[in-house]
Amino acid sequence: MAHPRLYWGAVGNDLTPALIELPISRNYRHGGWELSTPSFPDGGPAASVIRTYDILNENSWARSLHFLAAWFLVVTGLIYLVAGMFSGHLRRDLVPRRGELRAQLLRDDLAAHLRGHVPAAPGGPPYGLLQKSTYCAVVFLALPLMALTGWAMSPAMNAAYPFLSGMFGGTQSARTIHFCVFAALIVFVIIHLAMVSLSGFRRQMRAMTLGKPT
Amino acid sequence: MKSEHVLTSRRTIITGLASCGGLLLGGCSDTQPPTYGNLLRLADNLTYRAQRLLLPRNTLVREYDRGDITSIAAIGTTNPANPHEDLYDAAGGAAYDRLRNGGFADWRLTIDGSVARPGSYSLNDLKSFPARTQITKHTCEEGWSAIAEWTGVPLQRVLQAAGILPSARFVNFYAFDATLDSIDMVDALHPQTLLAYGMNGRDLPVAHGAPLRVRVERQLGYKSIKFLHRIRVTEQFYDPGKLGPLQNGWAWYIGI
Repeated sequence: MAHPRLYWGAVGNDLTPALIELPISRNYRHGGWELSTPSFPDGGPAASVIRTYDILNENSWARSLHFLAAWFLVVTGLIYLVAGMFSGHLRRDLVPRRGELRAQLLRDDLAAHLRGHVPAAPGGPPYGLLQKSTYCAVVFLALPLMALTGWAMSPAMNAAYPFLSGMFGGTQSARTIHFCVFAALIVFVIIHLAMVSLSGFRRQMRAMTLGKPT
Repeated sequence: MKSEHVLTSRRTIITGLASCGGLLLGGCSDTQPPTYGNLLRLADNLTYRAQRLLLPRNTLVREYDRGDITSIAAIGTTNPANPHEDLYDAAGGAAYDRLRNGGFADWRLTIDGSVARPGSYSLNDLKSFPARTQITKHTCEEGWSAIAEWTGVPLQRVLQAAGILPSARFVNFYAFDATLDSIDMVDALHPQTLLAYGMNGRDLPVAHGAPLRVRVERQLGYKSIKFLHRIRVTEQFYDPGKLGPLQNGWAWYIGI
């Protein structure tokens, strides 16, 4: 990570306080600065500082790869949502039924999972309650948030639609949310893959690729 | 009568098809940055085209108040005369050293290429244009941002004074360090695209690009080239090799 500091608000940089400093990469708290000069002729709190430290930065190709992947996410995501809406998959299989989403039932399902009682999955719907809730959170909350907070960081998008960063409290807030949701999605992917393996890897893979349940 | 009508519509269709073909051809001519068959560069160009197609062209970035100005770091080249800089250029560095010692009195900005009146401008020439001051956010690709006040002349005005030709497609910026980059006319003619000679109420400091830098407010920071000495207007995309972003792996368009 080229700049392992996260902020809240419109702006943030090495010379302003961070919300979170992530101890990753050699860029973490590097001290490579010199010549602090006040920004204004009459002094004042703002300063201009020259960076002398050669930071780790692989953003040249990484940024382009990121946006290539972002195009895949947005295009396939939209196809998935439209197909899911028209086929009834979202309504029938993903959204919890009336009366199903109760704290007690969620607690029971979570407790069963934590005890390691993973029922053999049929390879497709119907999904368990915890499963439905998680999928809904990913499909309707996390992934749209990734796209929105991503756009909220783009200078051209912000010039055209200032509400994009406004709705998150500024571009740096959007960046912080973007990172936190990314971390949550990584946790989801790890648990999701673990559950695929635990609930019958071969059956699940067959169901996913050939579409044959059981 | 009827056959004539058929002929007319057939001719219309053929003409229509021919112009459609022209449009497609236009899409793969040299008026787009090259991709070299690179998948990453293809995605960059897709983003560029999508933003140019879908986003309104002349909306302004937000301008802030003086009290919002923050501290700012100077990164990249902070002194083109320093041989230890990554992007040091021997000839440019020596010229910069000489001009800086003279307080940039002998510095001139050359404007050539697709303009009716190629020529050069001193700092005082540029300052005699109506000035614009804007307090805007500088966003670095690394992830940080800062707010500063920039004073200068809108690039649009200087290009008009030089008599920019209707065939112009790109504006290329040459710097005293080994940097050369370009923007398209949508950004070049944007009212907030500035040739800045002042920052936070005084002359542009050396670390931030003295005596003149460009501010391209709707793209990330590395597009706002510092230490300018020449502007060349071209009709085709010019890839300057290792001096420019493309062949170093960086995206040319970074509105996102």
